[in-house]
Amino acid sequence: MVARTLFDKIWDSHVVERLPDSTAILYIDRHLIHEVTSPQAFEGLRMTGRRLRHPEAMIAVVDHNVPTSDRTLPIEETESRNQIETLERNVAEFGVPYFPLLSERQGIVHVVGPEQGISLPGMTIVCGDSHTSTHGALGALAFGIGTSEVEHVMATQTLLQKPARNMKVAVEGRVGPGVSAKDIMLAIIGRLGTAGGTGYIIEFTGSAIRALDMAGRMTICNMSIEAGARAGLVAPDETTFEYVRGRPFAPKGEAFEQAVAYWKTLVSDEGAHYDKVVELRAEEISPVLTWGTSPETVIPVTGNVPDPADEPDMARRAQMQRMLDYMGLSAGQKIAGTPVDVVFIGSCTNSRIEDLRAAAAIVAGRHVAEGVRAMVVPGSGIVKAQAEQEGLDRIFLDAGFEWREAGCSMCLGMNPDKLTPGQRCASTSNRNFEGRQGPGGRTHLLSPAMAAAAAVTGCLTDVRELI
Amino acid sequence: MDKFTVLTGIAAPLPQENIDTDKIIPARFLKTTKRSGLGVHAFDSMRYNADGSENPDFILNQAPYRNSRILITHDNLGCGSSREHAPWALLDFGIRCVIAPSFADIFFNNCFKNGILPIALPREICDELMADSRMGENARITIDLQRQVVVRPDGTEIAFEVDPLRRRLLLEGLDDIGQTLQHEDAIETFEARRRRDEPWMPSITID
Ligand code: SF4
Repeated sequence: MVARTLFDKIWDSHVVERLPDSTAILYIDRHLIHEVTSPQAFEGLRMTGRRLRHPEAMIAVVDHNVPTSDRTLPIEETESRNQIETLERNVAEFGVPYFPLLSERQGIVHVVGPEQGISLPGMTIVCGDSHTSTHGALGALAFGIGTSEVEHVMATQTLLQKPARNMKVAVEGRVGPGVSAKDIMLAIIGRLGTAGGTGYIIEFTGSAIRALDMAGRMTICNMSIEAGARAGLVAPDETTFEYVRGRPFAPKGEAFEQAVAYWKTLVSDEGAHYDKVVELRAEEISPVLTWGTSPETVIPVTGNVPDPADEPDMARRAQMQRMLDYMGLSAGQKIAGTPVDVVFIGSCTNSRIEDLRAAAAIVAGRHVAEGVRAMVVPGSGIVKAQAEQEGLDRIFLDAGFEWREAGCSMCLGMNPDKLTPGQRCASTSNRNFEGRQGPGGRTHLLSPAMAAAAAVTGCLTDVRELI
Repeated sequence: MDKFTVLTGIAAPLPQENIDTDKIIPARFLKTTKRSGLGVHAFDSMRYNADGSENPDFILNQAPYRNSRILITHDNLGCGSSREHAPWALLDFGIRCVIAPSFADIFFNNCFKNGILPIALPREICDELMADSRMGENARITIDLQRQVVVRPDGTEIAFEVDPLRRRLLLEGLDDIGQTLQHEDAIETFEARRRRDEPWMPSITID
């Protein structure tokens, strides 16, 4: 038999039928929906008189638009309220399982899926959101889709897909102190560039990836999309199985053992072919952050902002200059020491309990610097409750952080949590495009520990100085 | 989805390159929950003045072109984001066919998915069609998808290419979903096999 990659195996086991060109009808196991990209799909079903093929393969949450302050108050913004109310009407009419706003299980769709055991190894998982790649950490094929495709999955439980190419990113070795999954992934994106993964599914391998807990693997897969890839994958192993065991919607007892037996076959075969291979040494990765308005503009926190004059390509040079102007930075300046206005710890990249623990470890016994607004937004109500049980909320609150309700929050400036023009933010989210966190806002992407370090010192700081 | 066989209608010239999705439908209208009703916001920044009044110079605000069914532009139509709100806005305005020398990839596919026929023709031919379309009431162009020809007002015909699968879906008025549902037996067989081989696969139910 031909040696196959993990992606090949999941793909092959979900092909319902191959159409005359290379398109396949691909079976979808889990369909996650939220309030922004689902309403038109439901409208389409209604217009054509179609039903959901498998509502029991779906889960609905509200996350993008929700305020992260007191949830018992009415939502002020009319259009956000409308999108949320529309979702609630739709899930009631079509019988879709739903975690409402006031449920403890509510949260960011990509945090909720794995946390509830809804996303499992070997599955195909889709959602009308590009960061669906997160669920690939479980060893599932997970990717974002457009609204027509959301409707297509609702009606047929399948998608029309062309196969992707295989890429392997291997990170071998052990990371040094203060270096997290976020630093590893930013380093990978810095290496690949934002188009380096276009047309590929990336499988992350190597001892440094194996050593990561599930939260770390989710951070890695979450940002695969920032390297241009369709999805990211980590082969399931004991860490994965232990994570899944006992989750509310995971198989139980005998069924779980059966599932694990199958999941253990989900590894790339010896000698399987990858169209592209990239290798990194973990020891060479230091705490990093972005300086520009593209996730590939990664530099070590000990480094300097690059000088456009050193860039031979004129178009690139102009683009770099534009980024510097937008970010309010000057060529060649040391990045550490740059003052920040806001610190945001949250988003589907870094809002899990492990992320909050890492941040709290730096914050404990310190205080948020004068003039800095610092906020922690847990990824779900469950994460929030767990953190409160561990006393992390007290650490953050005592230090002067805001401790908020779960949601996308300041990741995308679609809800009340926004930057104002010119504000500089140390953010654990995944995109730093112009205006992403609010019009005119300036985003530096970094790890939870680095964000915590920025909060307590008031400027971009090498977290290693605080440990 | 309405069948697309022969379309005869007013064609509007929009001689610009790189008409991006933001020009077709600005981002601020994306908080809608409907796919219909976006037509009034199509080309918002060109169509309306700052005070909300119509810009009389914009072609789609002029008498016969208010009822345009066809749009002709220059290169790279639909570049920018992948939002499907762009074809939705065109369709809701009444446009069923867009003709240009080239299109952005995702927009091109999104058009088909929403029942709009995108036709790529060489620049010179687009220019000729654009000249035809300036004839006001007489700017009637026919798109015959069955025969794969554009019929100009003077009766001459221009052949065009279209992906055979896409053509069939449009002719039969099948959307992607309709096409996939023709394979429903295969889906059912697949599901039966999965129930047998992977009985542990859980369902999601919330009490
Ligand atoms: S947290 Fe940000 S990236 Fe993640 S789903 Fe929400 S808006 Fe998208």
